[in-house]
Order: sequence, then structure tokens, then C-alpha cells
Amino acid sequence: MERDDLVYRPLVIAHIIAALVYFGLVLLGGLAYSLQFLGKYPFPGIEFLSPGRVRMLHTNGAVYGFITNGFVAGLYWAVPRLTGYKVLNERLLGWFMFWALQAAVVATAVGLLAGFAQAVEWGETPIFVDPFVVVWLLLALVQFATPIYRHGKERSLYASNWYFIAGLIWIPMVYIMGNYFPQFFVPGIAGAAITGTWIHDAVGLYVTPIGWGLMYYFVPLLLRKPIWSHALSLLGFWGLAFFYPLQGVHHYLWSPIPMYAQYAAVFSTLALELAVVTVIVNFFMTLRGSGEVLKQSIPLRWMMIGIVNYAITCLQCAIQVLLTTQKVIHFTDWVVGHAHLIMFGVFGFWILGFFSYLWPRLMGREVYSRALDEWAFWLITIGVETMWVDLISGGLVQGFTWWGLNPWMDSVRFSIPFWFVRTITGLMIIAGFILYVYNIYMTSRKETAVAFQPQEA
Amino acid sequence: MERFATFALVAGILFFAFGTFWQAVAPWLTLRGIPMKSMDEVAREVPPEFYMLANQYPEEFKKYFGEPNERSFKEALELGKKVYIAEACWHCHTQQVRPVSNEEFRFGRVSYPSEYANAMQLPQLLGTRRVGPDLMRESGRHSNDWHMAHFKNPPAVTPGSVMPSYPWFFDEKGRPNKKGLAMVAYMQWLGSWERKPMYALKGGE
Ligand code: HEC
Ligand code: HEM
Repeated sequence: MERDDLVYRPLVIAHIIAALVYFGLVLLGGLAYSLQFLGKYPFPGIEFLSPGRVRMLHTNGAVYGFITNGFVAGLYWAVPRLTGYKVLNERLLGWFMFWALQAAVVATAVGLLAGFAQAVEWGETPIFVDPFVVVWLLLALVQFATPIYRHGKERSLYASNWYFIAGLIWIPMVYIMGNYFPQFFVPGIAGAAITGTWIHDAVGLYVTPIGWGLMYYFVPLLLRKPIWSHALSLLGFWGLAFFYPLQGVHHYLWSPIPMYAQYAAVFSTLALELAVVTVIVNFFMTLRGSGEVLKQSIPLRWMMIGIVNYAITCLQCAIQVLLTTQKVIHFTDWVVGHAHLIMFGVFGFWILGFFSYLWPRLMGREVYSRALDEWAFWLITIGVETMWVDLISGGLVQGFTWWGLNPWMDSVRFSIPFWFVRTITGLMIIAGFILYVYNIYMTSRKETAVAFQPQEA
Repeated sequence: MERFATFALVAGILFFAFGTFWQAVAPWLTLRGIPMKSMDEVAREVPPEFYMLANQYPEEFKKYFGEPNERSFKEALELGKKVYIAEACWHCHTQQVRPVSNEEFRFGRVSYPSEYANAMQLPQLLGTRRVGPDLMRESGRHSNDWHMAHFKNPPAVTPGSVMPSYPWFFDEKGRPNKKGLAMVAYMQWLGSWERKPMYALKGGE
């Protein structure tokens, strides 16, 4: 069968649209909340839009609305092409999963705004939505693991498939652990240890492996050459598998959690740098000699900037996890800067990258405007990088003001310029996003269809 | 091939189990010996400010909570915690005093595990971001009236504050409603166990 026929396109399109809709809402939520810090919150005194609730909407919308929909779109495209088998079931299970995911996200949003948040960071999803999320995750596992399993019986698996399978198996376990144990069984400090493990596993055992898996598929595809070293990619995989689950407590350093857990977390975070370096080296060695492509291909540029950001975040991580650094930067905007660079500057960029690669192919139309694409790319990139520099600087100011025992309000007052710049960069990002979406919309409206070469995967 | 895949799968699950054990289960086992207080036990130590609330807002207090006692204190704490979570106060305030960065001078005694072993920390509210100050030693730092005025309009009390105002903690007349009373009770409870001597105020006990 032609590889192109394996992909059920309507599902990819639907997930892309859903991801972009939530992305827009996430940006607006972030902007609104950032205005609270300037004393200009746009909806003061409205209970449903209380700033704290909007903040939870912002972070949960980012993971469950934007990133999850984006990943599922990527999986529906990449898995059949990588394995040569269709996913388990498109028309029934596929569409059911699509609507179930949107229902879960909307229920989460309504639940958060109505005041039913759960006090588990990144798991604020109301308690009554959690069981449905677990069921959905299990469905996603059978949907995508089936073709990979069939393929695996015939040939050895490409690195991407390893990542997908592992991510899909880990996340339901992690989700149950993080959302139920601290909520019902384990109070206080032990609960915090579990929450930390959950926060980190959600990033490390779900977002990271799926993201890496997709990049191991798309980057060589766009460069039209194989990945530099397959062995290195597997080394990275096992490094991730071993060191990632060991880091949870680094979100609660210097807390009353037993020190052996904290030391282990610091150690394994540093060790994980090795796994991360394998990935970064692999992608740059694949790029080597093909730098020219970056000029022409905007999708590839999103992905490579994402990988540069990955290198930056991980280097930053190695510094910030040290117990000495933690004295200053913990609880400050430094961490928020870090979170934006990794979630948006890396995974968000990867998603935007393969969206802009897939969309013309899904529509069978040339990209509407190259110039718009360039503008969107540069506005968002400069916005995110500036936001990062701005927030980590602001974080240092806050940390040292606290340490120096200044009155509390000093740390707030000194942060205002940094918060102001954050809002400006937020506006830049939103402008870039509008151009990006407009371009996508106009691409689908174009009259003339073009035939794309069915790409070999 | 199939053998290798099975092996890899088992290895992946074992790695995960090992990591989870070290980071989540082991701390749980270490701290297991600390007795866990139920809500009833927590509410047994009513801080004096709760009685003062009943004096300061007699009508409202009577309407929403009846008499100031252990039972009504429990109710107030439960509601206070619920609102604290729903409004994401825990995304701007922490509940842990670290042994570094001069925090014990700013906030008070460094946090220790047993003060978290109670139903008020289920789920735990240690927090990971501090826009406003830590609240683990909040009890008694401000008066009830201060808190009321602060929730109504923070910048009016602390010029330049970026804390949101919470008008829905108050009724049309500007008097605290059930949520407002419960929030203040919760604030006055946080860390009250670290100022035990004050309990002499409680009805001469
Ligand atoms: C946007 C972040 C933000 C949110 C959300 C927030 N606060 Fe604050 N809070 C602050 C800041 C900043 C201060 C310090 C300035 C001041 O006194 O208002 C503060 C101060 C306080 C204080 C005084 C602390 C002291 O010891 O002086 C209390 C009590 C308090 N907040 C409780 C709450 C409660 C309860 C909620 C949820 C209903 C909440 N805060 C939500 C930012 C926030
Ligand atoms: C318009 C652009 C954006 C603005 C203005 C913005 C603003 C904010 C603000 C104000 C916070 C709260 C910080 C605090 O508590 O001090 C926040 C948190 C966060 N945002 Fe954004 N955001 C934007 C885009 C995004 C995007 C696109 C993502 C992810 C894809 C994202 C992910 C996060 C995460 C993960 C946090 C939690 C950080 C933490 O708790 O450490 N943000 N954002």
C-alpha cells in the first residue's frame, strides 16, 4: 500500500485545528494573567475569571489542550508511515478519542473556572474528570501501539517507535499516581514527594518522549537523510528511561522531604544531561552539511530552533538544580522562564514546525504566504527568547531581594519592569500566532491544488 | 526481536518502578511513623483569632457558623482550604519555610515534616511559586480586620500589591460572607501551632 493512504487525514486536520484553538486561548489566558502583575487585570472582580483560576487554565490548556492535541495529530501522521500499518481504528475509535479529548479539556476548563480545581500542580484537572483522562490515555495506547506492535514483529523498531510506546505506557501509570495518591492517601511531605514525581514525569515521561519521537521522525524526513546515529538515539532513550523517573523531588529542593530523595534527584538530573546531549548532538550532526535547508524550510527552522532551545533549557537545568543555586532561584520567575522555554520554546515550536510542514500537504495547497510565515516565525521566536532572558533575570532579582531581607514589597516593585517586558513579549507572541493562523487559514482557502510528492518515511 | 522487545519493556517498567520507589515511595515509608491528624483532631486547637472573628462579625458569624467552637472551626478550615485551592492562592504563595536564604528570619521556624501530617495537607499545599510571602507562619501576623481589608482590596492595604482582590468573599453590604470568614480563619490557623503560649487566651484554659 502507498504510505500516503495509510494516514487518515481528517483526524490529523481536526487535531491540528483543536490544538491551534486551545493555543490561542492559552496565549490569551497568559496575557490576562500577566496583566494582573501590572495591576491591569482585564476582568477584575469577576469570580469565574479570577486571576488564579485563569492561571490554572493557562497551564492546563497548554499541556492538555495545545500540546496533547498537537502530539496526537503528529502521531496519526507519523505512526502509520513509520510502521506501514494503519492505527487500530480511525473512524470509530479515532473520532471518539478526538471528541473525548475535547470534552475532557472543556470539562477541565469549566471545572477550573467554576472552582473545582485539584491542588496538584499540572493535575489541576477536577477530580471527576481524572478517571476519563485515564481511560482516554489507555485508548490512545491501544490506538497507536497496535501498528507499532505489528511492525515490531517484522523488523526492529526505529527510535521514534521506542519513544512513542514508552511514553504511552508510562503516562497512564504516572497520571494515576500523581492525581490520586497525594489527593486521597498520602498527606503532606510524602505527598509532596509524589507530586514532584508526577510533575516531572508528566514532562519527562510523556511530553518529552513523544516530542523526541516525533522529532526523530520529522527532522530526518525534512532533511531527506537518515538520522546521524541510530545507536546514539537508543542510548538517549535508555538514558531517559533510567534517569527521568528519578528526578521528581528536584521540584521541592530544601523542603522537608528526606535529603536522600533530594540528593538522588539532583544527581539524576545532572546525569540526564548525558541523555540530552546525545539527542542534541544527533540532530546537529544530522543537520551538518545541510544548513542551507534552514533558509528555505520554515518547518525545519521551527524544529531546529526548538532543539537549540532544548540545549539552552537543559544547560540551564544543570545549573538551576544545584542546591546552591536553588537557594536563590527557587520560587522565583526564573523557574517560570525555564518552564516557558521548555514547554513553548521547545515542544510548542516542534509542534508549530510539523504543523506548518503538514498543513500544505493535508490541504494539497501551496503555502499562502511565505512572508507571513517568516514574520510569524521571527515574532514568536524573538518573543519567547526575550521572555526567557527577561524572566530569569527577574527571578534573580527576586531571589536576591528575598535573601537580602528587604521588605517583601521590594521584590514586587523591583519585578515590575520585568513583568512589563513579559507582557510585551506576550503581545509579540500573540501577533505572531495571529499571522501563523491566518496563513494556515488562507492556505486551506487557496483555489489551485498542487500534488505533493508522497514522501518516503 | 520479540524477545528483545519484551526485555526492553520489562526493563522500562523496572526503571520506572525504581525511580518511583526512590522518589515517591521511600519518602512515604520514611515518614510513615508520623501520626496523621484527621480534620477533627486538627480543629481541636482553635486559635484565639477564631473567637475574635465571632466577636467582630457577630451577625455574619452566627448566620454562617453559629457558635465559635471546634465543630464550626472544622467547617471553616475545610471551606478555607477549598477556596484556597479553587482560587489558586497556592500558585502565588508557598507553605514551606526553607532552611536557606534567610527565610527563618523573615518567616519564622523552618518547616518540619510533622506539621504537614494532617488532613489540611491532603493534597499538600507546599507550593512552588512565591509572588506573595510564605504563609506557613501566617497565624497572628496580621489582625482579622487587616485580612478582611486585604482580601477586599490588597493595594489599598499594601500599596503596590499585585494580589487580586476577592470581592466575592463579601456580601453586598461589604461584610464578610461565609467564604470571607473561612479564609481568615484558615490564615489564622496556618502556623498557629508554633505560637502555643497564646492559647491561654482561649477561655482561660
Ligand atoms: C497574583 C498572585 C497572588 C495571588 C493569586 C494571591 N496572592 Fe496573596 N499576596 C500576593 C502578594 C504580592 C502579596 C504581598 C503584598 C500584599 O500584602 O498584598 C500577598 C500577600 C498576602 C497575604 C499577607 C501576607 C503577609 O504575611 O503579609 C496574605 C494573608 C495573602 N496574600 C493571602 C492570599 C490568599 C488567601 C489568596 C487566595 C485567595 C491569595 N493571597 C492570592 C500575591 C497573591
Ligand atoms: C502570550 C504568551 C504567554 C504569556 C504572556 C504567559 C504568561 C504566563 C504567566 C503570567 C504565568 C504565571 C507565572 C507565575 O506564576 O508567576 C505563566 C505560567 C506558565 N505558562 Fe505561560 N504565558 C504565555 C505562553 C505560554 C505557552 C505557549 C505555554 C506552553 C506551551 C506556557 C506555559 C506555561 C507554564 C508551563 C507555566 C507554569 C510555570 C510554573 O509554574 O513554573 N505559557 N505563563
